[in-house]
Amino acid sequence: MRSTKKMAAGALAAALGVSTLAACGGKDDTAKSDGGTKSKTVTLVSHDSFAASDAVLKEFTAQTGYTVKVLKSGDAGAALNQEILTKGSPRGDVFFGVDNTLLSRALDHGIFTPYEAKGLAAVPAAVQLDKGQHRVTPIDTGDICVNYDKKYFADKKLSPPSSFTDLIKPEYKNLLVTENAATSSPGLGFLLGTAAQFGDDGWQDYWKKLKDNGVKVVDGWEQAYNQDFSGSAGGKKAKGDRPLVVSYASSPPVEVLYAKPQPTEAPTGVATGTCFRQTEFAGLLKGAKNEAGGKALLDFLISKKFQEDMPLNMFVNPVVKDAKLPELFTKFGATVTETHDVAPEKISKNREQWVKSWSSLVLK
Amino acid sequence: MLKLDGVTVRFGERAALDAVDLEVAEHETVCVLGPSGSGKSTLLRVVAGLQPVDEGRVLLEGADQGGVPVHRRGVGLMFQDHQLFPQRDVAGNVSFGLRMRGVPRARQAERVEELLELVGLPGAGRRAVAALSGGEQQRVALARALAPSPRLLMLDEPLGQLDRTLRERLVVELRSLFGRLGTTVLAVTHDQGEAFALADRVVVMRDGRIAQTGTPLEVWQRPASEFVARFLGFENVVPGVVSGVVASTEWGAVPVPSGSAQGAVRLLIRPAGVRLLPAGEGLPCEVVSRTFRGNHVALRLRPRSGPVLEAECGVRDAAGVGEMVGVGFVGAEVVVLAG
Amino acid sequence: MRLGLMALPLAFFALFFAWPVAAIVGRGLRVDGVWHLGRIGEVITEPDIGHVLWFTTWQALASTALTLLIALPGAYVFARFDFPGRHLLRAVVTVPFVLPTVVVGTAFLALLGRGGLLDELWGVRLDTTVWAILLAHVFFNYAVVVRTVGGLWAQLDPRQEEAARVLGASRFAAWRTVTLPALGPAVAAAALMVFLFTFTSFGVVQILGGPTFSTLEVEIYRQTAELLDLPTAAVLTIVQFAAVGAVLAVHAWTVRRRESALKLVDPKQTARRPRGAGQWTLLAGVLAVIAVLILLPLGVLVARSLDTPDGYGFGYFRSLQSVGEGGTFLVPPLEAVWNSVQYALAATGIALVIGGLAAAALTRRGGRLVRGFDALLMLPLGVSAVTVGFGFLITLDRPPLDLRTSWILVPLAQALVGVPFVVRTMLPVLRAVDGRLREAAAVLGASPLRVWREVDLPLVRRALLIAAGFAFAVSLGEFGATVFIARPDRPTLPVAVARLLGRAGDLNYGQAMALSTILMVVCALSLLLLERVRTDRTGEF
Repeated sequence: MRSTKKMAAGALAAALGVSTLAACGGKDDTAKSDGGTKSKTVTLVSHDSFAASDAVLKEFTAQTGYTVKVLKSGDAGAALNQEILTKGSPRGDVFFGVDNTLLSRALDHGIFTPYEAKGLAAVPAAVQLDKGQHRVTPIDTGDICVNYDKKYFADKKLSPPSSFTDLIKPEYKNLLVTENAATSSPGLGFLLGTAAQFGDDGWQDYWKKLKDNGVKVVDGWEQAYNQDFSGSAGGKKAKGDRPLVVSYASSPPVEVLYAKPQPTEAPTGVATGTCFRQTEFAGLLKGAKNEAGGKALLDFLISKKFQEDMPLNMFVNPVVKDAKLPELFTKFGATVTETHDVAPEKISKNREQWVKSWSSLVLK
Repeated sequence: MLKLDGVTVRFGERAALDAVDLEVAEHETVCVLGPSGSGKSTLLRVVAGLQPVDEGRVLLEGADQGGVPVHRRGVGLMFQDHQLFPQRDVAGNVSFGLRMRGVPRARQAERVEELLELVGLPGAGRRAVAALSGGEQQRVALARALAPSPRLLMLDEPLGQLDRTLRERLVVELRSLFGRLGTTVLAVTHDQGEAFALADRVVVMRDGRIAQTGTPLEVWQRPASEFVARFLGFENVVPGVVSGVVASTEWGAVPVPSGSAQGAVRLLIRPAGVRLLPAGEGLPCEVVSRTFRGNHVALRLRPRSGPVLEAECGVRDAAGVGEMVGVGFVGAEVVVLAG
Repeated sequence: MRLGLMALPLAFFALFFAWPVAAIVGRGLRVDGVWHLGRIGEVITEPDIGHVLWFTTWQALASTALTLLIALPGAYVFARFDFPGRHLLRAVVTVPFVLPTVVVGTAFLALLGRGGLLDELWGVRLDTTVWAILLAHVFFNYAVVVRTVGGLWAQLDPRQEEAARVLGASRFAAWRTVTLPALGPAVAAAALMVFLFTFTSFGVVQILGGPTFSTLEVEIYRQTAELLDLPTAAVLTIVQFAAVGAVLAVHAWTVRRRESALKLVDPKQTARRPRGAGQWTLLAGVLAVIAVLILLPLGVLVARSLDTPDGYGFGYFRSLQSVGEGGTFLVPPLEAVWNSVQYALAATGIALVIGGLAAAALTRRGGRLVRGFDALLMLPLGVSAVTVGFGFLITLDRPPLDLRTSWILVPLAQALVGVPFVVRTMLPVLRAVDGRLREAAAVLGASPLRVWREVDLPLVRRALLIAAGFAFAVSLGEFGATVFIARPDRPTLPVAVARLLGRAGDLNYGQAMALSTILMVVCALSLLLLERVRTDRTGEF
């Protein structure tokens, strides 16, 4: 019996030893942030797509004295749901990454403390979806639109589609690939865009026609864009045979940015009449340990410095009016003037039902 | 029944079997005797078909076995460590070969009982093999090998792991069993006592070759070479020069049987041929050790020159350790070895 | 004695598995302090859910059968044949197991999809059919069978089969009647693992099956992570739990019937060069299957990682060293390699300690309690990563156990998956150790710990290494749990690959392929290294 205890103790020691070993070299500073009330660390919780330049985050530290610690967990939906589950005892101070399709859920669960960020005046009222209470602050927008393979349409001497109704025309038969609205956020955005265009009663009819016109549905953006779309770098390698894909308005500049040598023209274009606008928000979490730091961070997120850094990190558009877009966006990006949007409350009310009807209509 | 014709097996450079010719007649029990590494186990594996031959042929009842797979050869093999199947009980092991031959279930059960009876384990069918003693395992292994009535039964060190009394009893049992069943048996062992007790004919092997073949008596009485003699446990081997019926050796003059080969030879003097004489007569020797062997006493004697001698004498005649004795030799117990 | 050994594993599972899962299920089914068990009936009777359940079950059964059929000859070849490159190949077939599904899906499509090998040769396309899912499951789980079954097979005394041959059994009959029963526990363990993996399959089903095929796991993910419909997720978790529990119970029952001390020998004695046309054909057949099913998809990944716009070269690999023009990463991707290795080492350590103690405790044969524990260890394989991850959030949130933002949560979650491997790999071998050896050591004055170290350990060292290799590989490629656990920005390899694939652009795609290739190589090298650690002392006692 005694030796058993020794054995267990030894094993525990070994386990801890391994843990300590692995901790070496980790940039973990949880201990510091858990310290007193005047913490110098502010924690930003976000989804996996969050990115910011080191220099810009250092600038924040220089301005305010706070260091930013970023925690990422899963995609946008998973990250938000985790915040809802930990309501009252959050893991961080600020949450970034609620978009308009999820906004109502976040607000209904009351995970944010109202705070009117400094500089909000420079943000257009149209994207301030919680204007009355300022529980969330808009940070960026992005458009989900159909992209097209320029080469394909040039070779076929066919003009690329520009609107939803174009997509059900016979000349575009079997050309479009989109994502599962139940599991993919561009897939859902595209569905919502058609719902906005054709109304609560009309969108199903539209999708029936789209289906008859040979739309292909795959599960995620990665497969659609990198596998089936003929215009992307990945799709070319995979011999993709769909010249139309549901993606983002920022995808063409990204194709240019990550191509070597840089082409003079983007290989893909945007069907500007097929767009649904996504707006992403950030908010101060209820029960934040470092509220002052969190507020400073929210101010910073809509500062010109951060806003101008954002496009090349997350490939989204700034919300602040006077923030300059990088040349890459102005030169290779598309100008989307009109988007097909649905109010957050309406999305929240109908989302599940729409996705269900869409699934049985399109997938079965 | 079984015929090996120039069988050679090589493991890399080394020949485990080197052009071996061997015949086993119907109902005969042949025992292959040799030290470990002499190739005797390989011999069994070749006959069973577990080991392909590099040269030569194996014939069973006149049919060349080249290309005949193991399970079609109809031979039985009892492995050295039995290799009972631990997942099956005793009956499951014994009936295995019958199942493979598609014997009806009822007949299998009958035969299993019959064999367990035969090997002295009646009613043990349901026991787990892990729960058996060494002797019992051995009996089950034998029953398993016998169950399909193989035309040739091969035994690899059949009694190797058992204790002496059990071994002696089992040897006797086996011999009478084989006699009764008329089984043709090819066994290998490194124990000469076992071989002599079991076999009609003994084959002594050395380095993949056959050193001598003969009945136990022939081999015992006339070992063909120093190797065979020493392997059989004889130690009194000495070089000498034969002239007529006397050989001159380091031990002095030794009588040899008439008609022996002349010239430089090696002589074996069986312990029984070393006779103790009163001190002062014959070859003077000192008694080095004295071992009681039940019906006789084995003495080791150191002469003034030449190797130590081993002698066998009656309990009453034996001298004590340290005593000086004289030694004489009996011609009938002297063997002139070839080479 | 047994209780003492089991204390740590029990505490581990209670704290990091049972409690979080129970808490998240409770959160779903209990509203304002009242249990709403009626939800269970409502959800189960939905036709959509019924469809999902049916598909989940039958594809898992079919995948398991197919994997065994294809991989058992492989297990034999790796256990019994000595041929050049054997060790390398055994490491390589394990690589798929650690690759993130999103990467594998891409590679596998190159085999079965448009322009793939089958398409080019015969115009057959299997993508979006159930065959793609089944074959990908074979691709993933081939190594599970080869390693679990092959490990034991290599140590079975070949003379057992010879004994059967001499008694008149054909080669196949000898295998079926002697070897297969001896391998039984290992085959059952492998089948069980493959079943659990395929039953809870997520990425493969999504990518290769297209949106029309959906498993319970996918549904649980959607309900929890996307819709936050915790009641439905809770019911589905319970259903999955019940199904997995039932399978484990059947497994425990079948294993209990036959447990026998096997004669184990040094694996080095049993492997030899193939002989005769039959064996060469078998070897060639197995190698061909591996080439087509495993090497070809992996090769596509490597080819794509080298296929830069300026022709074939290492451009993508070179670009991994820098942060990159667009600032895709806050850390250079190569740092992700180091992160992954660190996490995997920690997870392997935890899994070995917990799994080793559990296996040692389970070896001391006991009653039903012990068997229950045996099954308990496998349950984490049958529970969705999202359930565990979300469970962590609402349980480990108070000091002293506020681990929610600690890095240790990642290896802990990975170890949950690693422990069953360790236990499953070691248990058959440990149980086959002759108990008399332990008694002999004890009589000679060895304490129980010493006995374990001097008798069991040398005999099971090989199994231990195999287990460690598996645990390490699993942790290295683990994606599900890692991605749900909030962590400071230290992306692991699979997370980095997923981020790169989530962006447009040639460089991102190329870098994703390059990182996947690195992941493959790191995994293959670690496994190879483990196999090199010689087990000369086996059977020393």
